[in-house]
Amino acid sequence: MKISAIITLKKDVLDPQGKVIHQTLDGMGFKDINEVRQGKYFEVDVKENDPSKAKKIVEDMCKKLLANLVIEDYQIIETQ
Amino acid sequence: MKSSVITFPGSNCDRDMDVALTKFGFKNKMVWHDDNELPKSDLVVLPGGFSYGDYLRCGSMASKSKIMQSVINFAKSGGLVMGICNGFQILVETGLVPGVLLRNKYLEFICKNVFIKLDNKDNPYFKNLDKDIFEFHIAHNEGNYFCTQDQLKEIEDNNQVAIYYCNNKGQTEDQFNPNGSIKNIAGIFNKEKNVLGMMPHPERMIDQSLSGEDGSLFFKNLINNIK
Repeated sequence: MKISAIITLKKDVLDPQGKVIHQTLDGMGFKDINEVRQGKYFEVDVKENDPSKAKKIVEDMCKKLLANLVIEDYQIIETQ
Repeated sequence: MKSSVITFPGSNCDRDMDVALTKFGFKNKMVWHDDNELPKSDLVVLPGGFSYGDYLRCGSMASKSKIMQSVINFAKSGGLVMGICNGFQILVETGLVPGVLLRNKYLEFICKNVFIKLDNKDNPYFKNLDKDIFEFHIAHNEGNYFCTQDQLKEIEDNNQVAIYYCNNKGQTEDQFNPNGSIKNIAGIFNKEKNVLGMMPHPERMIDQSLSGEDGSLFFKNLINNIK
């Protein structure tokens, strides 16, 4: 089954790319932005079909490779 | 003295490092990332470059490659492991040294000479060096050193900062910080000081007619310290 993971930078970590995107959007006329933060999205199709087990596997992947927990948080989403 | 330089797919400073180590007396071996066993070494170097195309996070894939388990064991048993530039990024991803390297603050790839100041010489890398300020070269996109406040306190309490960015007089004001690193940190030790990660490239400063010789001083001293 497909499990998705969203990796985002922690609140206190500077996100220069997000800042530039914010400025560019602002320049395009999107004036009502508080902040833009850029993150990563992964879709992992695992062989496991039990949702809670599959989520656990992907969570383990997040901890060991997909995210660096010093600067990033992860969020697991079950897609199908 | 025996050294090993690990080549990952995308490493591009591995041969420069080989030339530098050999020039100053190391018997160097090049080791492929997919090997299991590290040759008998007094020093292991993770070179600069763009291992695995910098995919996911710089150094993240390389830190999981086969040879790295041997390198981690070697480091944990007290062996000297030095990571330069991408090698530093690989070291932080293994957790051998604390912190991470983020995208440079002003989002530009920086390629220039910088001055660095040694913080302390009570370690096998800098012991017996006559001077404190060196001119090395940096070339990176992700060299912005970051760690949590708790980590920073621990790093400072244990004297783990190896080098700071500075000017030619050793001043470490913000304006001499090329990439936004916390406290101008350019290099970090592990607690035991046998693992060193730094962004600047000493191997690019080993020829008077091309670059200057601050790297020569570093390597000459390093091999004498290991002997």
